[in-house]
Amino acid sequence: MSALDIFTAVLVLCGSTLALTAAIGVVRFPDTLARMHAATKPQVLGLLLVLAGAAIRLRGNVDVGMVILTGLFTVITAPVVGNRVGQLAYREQNIRDDLLTKDEMHEFAEKRESGGNGQN
Amino acid sequence: MTIVWVMAAVLLTAAAVITMFRLLAGPSTLDRLVALDTLVAVTMCAIGTWAAFSLDTTATYGLTALALISFVGSVSVARFRVPDSDRSRSTRRLR
Repeated sequence: MSALDIFTAVLVLCGSTLALTAAIGVVRFPDTLARMHAATKPQVLGLLLVLAGAAIRLRGNVDVGMVILTGLFTVITAPVVGNRVGQLAYREQNIRDDLLTKDEMHEFAEKRESGGNGQN
Repeated sequence: MTIVWVMAAVLLTAAAVITMFRLLAGPSTLDRLVALDTLVAVTMCAIGTWAAFSLDTTATYGLTALALISFVGSVSVARFRVPDSDRSRSTRRLR
C-alpha cells in the first residue's frame, strides 16, 4: 500500500461523501433553485474527485484518457444544465420569494420596462 | 484498502437511495429532472469507484457515454417538456 494508494482512497472517500451530501441537499432543500444548486456544485466536485482517484489508480493504462474526458465533459455540461433548469424554475415561479436575498432578473425586467421606451 | 471500497460503496448506495425519494416525490417536473441528474452523477461515481477498485477499464467508455447522454437528456427535457401548472403561463413575475 503505497502513498498513491492512500491518496486514491482519500479522493474516492471525499468524492463519495460529497455525492451523499448532494443527495441529502436534493432531498432536504426547500425549492427548485436550491435543489438545483445542490445537484450541480457538490455533485460535480464529488464526481471530479472520484474520477481523479480512479485516474490515479489506473495510471499507465490506455483508458485513463476516457476518465479524463469524462471529467472534462462534466465540467463543460454541468453549467449549461444548471442555467437552463434555474431559468425555467425562475420563470415558472417554483421558487420561494422569501428565501431570495437578491433578485437581479426582477430588477432587470423592471429597469427595461421603465426606461426602455420601446427600444427593445 | 478493502474497507475504503466498502465505505465508498455504502456512501454511494445511500446517496442513490436518498435521491430516489426526490425523484418519486418531487412536486414538479424540474425537481424530478434535478433528481435524475443527481442519480446519473451518483451512477458515474459508482462506475469510477468500480474501475478504481477492480483495475478494469471496460466501464470507462460507459462513463463518457453517460456524461454526454445525461447532458442531452436534461437539456431536451428542459426544452421540450410541458409546463405542469397554469401559474407558469405568466411570463412576467408578479409580486
